[in-house]
Amino acid sequence: MTTQGHGPSAQQTRAVPESAKRGRRGRGGRGEFSMVPEAEFSSYYGRQVVKESPWEADIPAYLFSGGLAAGSSLLAAGADLTGLPLLRRSGRFTALGALGFSMVALVHDLGKPSRFVNMLRTAKLTSPMSVGTWILTGYSPFAGLAAAAEVADLLPARVQRGPLRLLGLAAKLGRPAGLMAALTAPPVAAYTAVLLADTATPSWHEAYRELPFVFVGSAAAASSGFSMITTPVAQTGPARRFAIGGALLDLVMEHRMEQTMGITAEPMHQGKAGKLMTAAKWLTAGGAAGSLLAGRSRTVAVASGAALVAGSVCTRFGIFEAGQASARDPRYTVVPQRERMRAAAAANGDQPADLDHAPS
Amino acid sequence: MIGKNSLFGPIDPAVESGYTEPPSRKGFFTDTSICIGCKACEVACKEWNEVPEDGFAMLGMSYDNTGALGADTWRHVAFIEQPGGREGRTGTPPSATVELGMPGPPPPTSSEGAVATDEKPDFRWLMSSDVCKHCTHAACLDVCPTGSLFRTEFGTVVVQPDVCNGCGYCVPACPYGVIERRKGPDGTKNVGVAQKCTLCYDRLKVDQKPACAQACPTESIQFGDVDELRERARTRVDALHEAGIMDARLYGDDPEDGVGGAGAFFLLLDEPEVYGLPPDPVVTTKDLPHMFNRASTAAAALLAGAVVAFLGRRG
Repeated sequence: MTTQGHGPSAQQTRAVPESAKRGRRGRGGRGEFSMVPEAEFSSYYGRQVVKESPWEADIPAYLFSGGLAAGSSLLAAGADLTGLPLLRRSGRFTALGALGFSMVALVHDLGKPSRFVNMLRTAKLTSPMSVGTWILTGYSPFAGLAAAAEVADLLPARVQRGPLRLLGLAAKLGRPAGLMAALTAPPVAAYTAVLLADTATPSWHEAYRELPFVFVGSAAAASSGFSMITTPVAQTGPARRFAIGGALLDLVMEHRMEQTMGITAEPMHQGKAGKLMTAAKWLTAGGAAGSLLAGRSRTVAVASGAALVAGSVCTRFGIFEAGQASARDPRYTVVPQRERMRAAAAANGDQPADLDHAPS
Repeated sequence: MIGKNSLFGPIDPAVESGYTEPPSRKGFFTDTSICIGCKACEVACKEWNEVPEDGFAMLGMSYDNTGALGADTWRHVAFIEQPGGREGRTGTPPSATVELGMPGPPPPTSSEGAVATDEKPDFRWLMSSDVCKHCTHAACLDVCPTGSLFRTEFGTVVVQPDVCNGCGYCVPACPYGVIERRKGPDGTKNVGVAQKCTLCYDRLKVDQKPACAQACPTESIQFGDVDELRERARTRVDALHEAGIMDARLYGDDPEDGVGGAGAFFLLLDEPEVYGLPPDPVVTTKDLPHMFNRASTAAAALLAGAVVAFLGRRG
């Protein structure tokens, strides 16, 4: 069924607000959102112009778990180099678990899962999904080897020398594999922002300048939060600092992103996406604040860690849902494009042309 | 070859894709001013390409019950009913219309009762057969991770259904909302796979017109070499302007536009968004180098942040 309201010749008398222009500040402070006036635009019976992605919960879950894996590999390598064995162990296991989950989610999303390997038949720089597949292919073996070394480490020495000598070898490869995993991890956390931004979905594409920073910040916060749940406080000092830094980057860049997105920031404040984004802000900020005190109490550490993890989940789902909503409403496709045309016409000193083709 | 205009700007798509001496670029010029909304193109396309039926729902908005382009709709006829009095609309002067015997609104009545007059009602009906644009810079093709979407020697964009893995990335990438993953019904071919118009690649291979152009009774859908069609379209627009139909404009014919010019372009009688088309589409990959730089910076920041986090106290 179609929505009522914008018939093909529907005239809405309210004009595009100043706040809808790129780069202008148009929001009230303190996370308050003031509804801007409706922009005047035409549509075909209110039907959407671009199609929303066919992705379901798999993809935001994949965005989250990829970030969790990448951040955990970084924490594990740092812990390995600075002599924090428990943080190293939880980091390596979390990285492998999250990676396994993300691969399942990714394959589950495919319309033809049996053809997953078709992504390995080509490497295409213009496709973030192709680039991401190769990034994951480069990262996964190292993350897996680092986790295997951790398993070997847990076995008694007798077993390591006995029939499972291969595992003993893996234990020796733990550090180089872990360091390689840490070096290949950051692209895993960052490319997913390009994956969303490189589309015609208004609220994703318009976010392309800041979204990578939001996502790496979210990855740092989630992985640190998870390690605060799994590791005793005596070994999570660096993770707490990583958490606070990540949460700050996430929150600051998310705020800046909304400033530069014009009207395509609106879906982030409405409906399901709005609720998720609000929850994400509070959980991330609360988790970061709790991290300041988490060195003294395991209870506080677990609660803060859980808040950071939940905040990251809400961020990924919120951004995802906002994009889906922006694609379903023709307003977010048509109005910014009309604005761009007007701006271009003004820059050329033309009157806004009603005709695309002037006889020459 | 990666050149200056590989992601944006005028370019010959077939040559850019590596064809040596390809045939001339093929496309559609859809002149909506002579479309009669008969949907022969929709039917012919479904018949020839074995596109499954996708339900017989009544949308309750106009004679258009198809709604939009999608996996099971490769040609879509839009019907726009416009009452008069729209600001800025010059409309078609009555003298320029030709009676086709099509169903239309009843003659206006006076307050004394039904008295037919010669006066035309202040009302117009726009019809337009929409199709995949076969962009010069095609976002769907750029973002496809398997190589399933490819550029043909005719400069068109086609899906290879046996290569597509159904990732769905092309769907949100298309700035026109054309391509879609086929949902079903079970038993139809290519379920879960991205589907769209192929400009009848199979027919082009044997020097045949695409099915829709072959079926169009008014030559609203014209098939041919893109260069020649652009010339033809400009001549047609000028003729309409001279006839006083100042609403006529071309859409998608300009190689300088956001997608490098479309292989399937249109003559419209109103703003593109009235027909459900984006007014100023830009291929998303235009910004890809910029996105890549931002993401690389963010990845470096994450690594640096991890290093800094481990420089302090351990506990």
